[in-house]
Amino acid sequence: MTCLPGKVDRKLGLVIDLDTCVGCQACVTACKGWNDQGYGVPLSDQDAYGAAPSGVFLNRVHSYQVTPDEGPAAIVNFPRSCLHCDNAPCVTVCPTGASYKRAEDGIVLVNEDACIGCGLCAWACPYGAREMDAAAGVMKKCTLCVDRIYNDNLPEEDRMPACVRTCPTGARHYGDLSDPDSAVSRLVADRCGYALMPEMETQPVNRYLPPRRKGAVEAGPLTPLVDVQATGFAGWLDRVLGKI
Amino acid sequence: MTAEPRIDRSPSVSDEVRQTTCYMCACRCGINVHLKDGRVSYIEGNRAHPINKGVLCAKGASGIMQITAPSRLRTPLRRVGPRGSGAFEEISWEEALETAVGWLKPLRETAPEKLAFFTGRDQSQSLTGWWAQAFGTPNYAAHGGFCSVNMAAGGIYTIGGAFWEFGQPDWERTELFVLFGVAEDHDSNPIKIGIGKLKARGVRVISINPIRTGYSAVADDWYGITPGTDGLLILSLIHCLLQAGKVDLEYLARWTNAPFLVNGAEGAEQGLFLKNAESQPFVIDRHSGHPAPWDGRDVDPDLGAVWAGHRTVFQHMAEEYLKPDYAPEAVAERCGIPAARIRGLAAELARAAFERAFIHPQPWTDFRGNRHEGMQGRPVSFHAMRGISAHSNGFQTARALHLLQIVLGSVEAPGGYRLKPPYPKPVEAHPTPHFVATPGKPLTGPHLGYVRSPADLALREDGTPARIDKAFTWDAPLSAHGLMHMVIANAVAGDPYRIDTLFLYMANMAWNSSMNTAQVMQMLTAKDGDDYVIPRIIYSDAYASEMVAYADLILPDTTYLERHDCISLLDRPISEPDAAGDSIRWPVLDPDRDVRGFQTVLLDLGVRLGLPGMVTDDGQPRFRDYADYIVNHQRRPGVGPLMGFRGNGDETGRGAPNPDQLARYIENGSFHQAHVPAEAAFMKPWNAAYQDWAVALGLYDTPQSYLFNIWSEPLRRFQLAAEGHGDRQPPDHLRARLQVAMSPLPVWYPPMGEAPGYPVHALTQRPMDMYHSWGSQNAWLRQIRGRNFLYLPTAIWQAQGFAEGDYARVTSPTGEIVVPVAHMAALNPHTVWTWNAIGKRRGAWALSKDAPEAVEGFLLNHLISEVLPGEGRVSNSDPVTGQAAWFDQMVRIERVGPRAMAEPQFPVLPDPPRSGGGRGQGPSKKRAQNIQGFSDPAAEGRL
Repeated sequence: MTCLPGKVDRKLGLVIDLDTCVGCQACVTACKGWNDQGYGVPLSDQDAYGAAPSGVFLNRVHSYQVTPDEGPAAIVNFPRSCLHCDNAPCVTVCPTGASYKRAEDGIVLVNEDACIGCGLCAWACPYGAREMDAAAGVMKKCTLCVDRIYNDNLPEEDRMPACVRTCPTGARHYGDLSDPDSAVSRLVADRCGYALMPEMETQPVNRYLPPRRKGAVEAGPLTPLVDVQATGFAGWLDRVLGKI
Repeated sequence: MTAEPRIDRSPSVSDEVRQTTCYMCACRCGINVHLKDGRVSYIEGNRAHPINKGVLCAKGASGIMQITAPSRLRTPLRRVGPRGSGAFEEISWEEALETAVGWLKPLRETAPEKLAFFTGRDQSQSLTGWWAQAFGTPNYAAHGGFCSVNMAAGGIYTIGGAFWEFGQPDWERTELFVLFGVAEDHDSNPIKIGIGKLKARGVRVISINPIRTGYSAVADDWYGITPGTDGLLILSLIHCLLQAGKVDLEYLARWTNAPFLVNGAEGAEQGLFLKNAESQPFVIDRHSGHPAPWDGRDVDPDLGAVWAGHRTVFQHMAEEYLKPDYAPEAVAERCGIPAARIRGLAAELARAAFERAFIHPQPWTDFRGNRHEGMQGRPVSFHAMRGISAHSNGFQTARALHLLQIVLGSVEAPGGYRLKPPYPKPVEAHPTPHFVATPGKPLTGPHLGYVRSPADLALREDGTPARIDKAFTWDAPLSAHGLMHMVIANAVAGDPYRIDTLFLYMANMAWNSSMNTAQVMQMLTAKDGDDYVIPRIIYSDAYASEMVAYADLILPDTTYLERHDCISLLDRPISEPDAAGDSIRWPVLDPDRDVRGFQTVLLDLGVRLGLPGMVTDDGQPRFRDYADYIVNHQRRPGVGPLMGFRGNGDETGRGAPNPDQLARYIENGSFHQAHVPAEAAFMKPWNAAYQDWAVALGLYDTPQSYLFNIWSEPLRRFQLAAEGHGDRQPPDHLRARLQVAMSPLPVWYPPMGEAPGYPVHALTQRPMDMYHSWGSQNAWLRQIRGRNFLYLPTAIWQAQGFAEGDYARVTSPTGEIVVPVAHMAALNPHTVWTWNAIGKRRGAWALSKDAPEAVEGFLLNHLISEVLPGEGRVSNSDPVTGQAAWFDQMVRIERVGPRAMAEPQFPVLPDPPRSGGGRGQGPSKKRAQNIQGFSDPAAEGRL
């Protein structure tokens, strides 16, 4: 079994705004495109033009229906990827040390050279965030684009995960969640960001911002200028033009 | 614990980045194409690009699967078996082009109208239209008729601009944003970026849409309106605003035709504007009480004037909409929205427009010569697209929505809706239709335009339609984009006449782009004696779509990374409210197949046919290829397809052709912008600084200031004809509907698709991650959404005891389909819907025969008739514009239990010769073990 680092210097992660995510899937394919040619083996696809196409995605977006007790039903779009947990069960379960959490920045990675493809980590992860590559036989997961965020070959403004860079609505934010003054930490504080399934005691780094309250605003209807039925159109016209 | 492995934190990203323009929808974002070892390795958004500012949608980021799709055609093809059999032989380009010329040349010399040339998702309409004009056929249009012409025409006839991508909310200043029935690709990323900006500022977003997905899902409030009733809701909102006096009277008096006097005398002039001796409408000045010019300096138009018994537009408008018919209580049931909610929405609009009003401190001068120290801000904005547009009352609904914006004073005001150059542009600045075919000669002008009166209709001397699609006839007088959806049916019916050659580009008319698809396939193979009723079909596409099997000659196109294109101000540019913009595509890859960009092929055909403008005086090609045309073609002296880097490279808009122009575009990220001066940024139709800037740029040659048309005189002229006035008279069976639909004030009438016994509305919408048919061949996108369900509201789901895995029989007066269903609670209770762009015909798009798109995927199209019941084969379209009324469809739903396959199914299409290749299994680092990771646990009913 594999140990977690005693402490991490930083906690890099994502803050995902569920009030803003329209479910467009842009982050899903930007992630697939980058990581297909990035860290580790490509993200293979099987039966790509056939009856049951399936491939590895490190980030998926699901749409859930919510039917509240009051008010109309709603849809919540929910992006799902590795949460880079402080107490990552996928790491501690790993028999070879292939899964590990970086002390430098808290990113959870798979060392593919050491991965035997046993799949224990995927079973241990309560979030379904790991996917086995059927061609290479190694476990794949979100790397937080570790090959982008420090990459001197990229312009500084692009040193962020591919999913964050591409998100058209700006619903995805990246930063250091161990720094209370970082933009992402402030967002979490301002918008009541929450950790997913805290009862699992995985202590995720990533946070989600909940949808804002929806519905009508409290306000009275407009007050008619006159009773048009009583005054007739001429009465209304005099009154409205008198306002000029 | 062992030491952490060392990883390469700065791997090389790529060998080279080439910047071009995406073509995965009509959005036309800037992209960075990364190349490694000569192959595309990654595609991302271009941060400097005005449309997407670095972001990219799911389709754009999957472009790499598009350019490697196995369905790419590889060589020209000639049909050798029966049409529809898919039996082709591969031929050379020379043979293909000479075959086409052999068919087309005799037509041009004898009867040019026998060629019908229609294009689908074409982004080069200024070229294709010009080519058709030179050929001399009146039968040309692109796909706007079955897309969203109501949005374009409703906007142009009202505000001289439109929603679509031709304008956008003032994202930085608006305080309330209201979306009506939005289709999510016009325009895609800019609206997402805008919604993101509003969310970041905490600005309220309201959605009015029967279906609560996508943008509606994140809206702060949702009105689940019953389809086809948006116009009624909007007029009720106007009723509430008028009743409370919450209208911008100064805006109405200065910038609209509200103070014009409407002729009230019975007769042939009734309802037209009173005119002075110079044939100009006039207003009554509040100070003098006398007539004054509408564009006179220091004139203060009186909205309440009555002159010689004639009243103002304002009075007609207010009196109409103050009627109790428009009270929220009167419309609530029909719209499916409680009256109190309608009143609440009206109050929200008024609060944003008037209580949060502000003055933008920008001095400006209006076209009358009056100086203003600031601009009145009205921070409420709207957007709408196909949801309100694809109904038979969509034109007037679009007009109504613009009227709502107008009475709030928000169009072109800071905080409101802002138009993008070349808009604003009044009807008067657009051409009228040209349609007279003369053997051996070009048309005298462009095909498509904006009619002003019945005199502009495309009718022959005997009163029959000049065009095969019957555009600009009494069936659809203001059909500014043509009626592509009627071409095949009309040609087969010989109504108004037969054609010889049907020439299509990027239009999947044998599948998802046609109404009544099953019958259209029969029409395409229908015979008259030994010959087909449509004797010849030429088709150009890059991929093995369903339409390929029905063509006689295939001209294989390139993918979007292998071609030149221009996104032109002559066509549909990429402007922003603060800048005119245009862009190019260029071949960042060389094709690995024997394919050619369609536009280059079209120019080649033009040379072989000797078409004017395409050959020099001695018969030589005027342009080497499309790239050469983009640089050297001049539509007017000094004005060509691209505005940037003209002359010696530093002239914009006007200037001589510059041989280095494309190189300069490529250096600049493949786009160019001309920025609007700050003084000209708002109030553009009336802003002298904007008008001068637009003339200098070459958008038009003289200032084009105008007033917004609350009352539409062109519409009234058609209504007068329907009432019996004038020489040109509609046929009697259309008279009654024209009297209603051609109302000069926005009006609501029930959609025409309603039929007894069919109580449920059936809609489609396009997923944000699919573009028309293209997504199915994309190995990544089809994993995200490879099936479509018919989503049923709770009431229907429960009433019939539906369960997961069930199918339903869906019946309309036209046909029936049997399709998989799913439950959706966030849905109007009288509405069912599905994603379009998913269902495929078996054998098409290089998918296996058991692909889910073909087995369980389905089209609603089979349920939708292209004609209305009754006399005269009248198109199932808006009676004003001919917009295909897809969303009028009413159906009946019946549970049939579990099934394994959707119906109808059609014979498997044979596989045409194509590129092959595509996404295989990744290089195997280790032998795959028999362990599954978490595949998608999305059985939770993903939408």
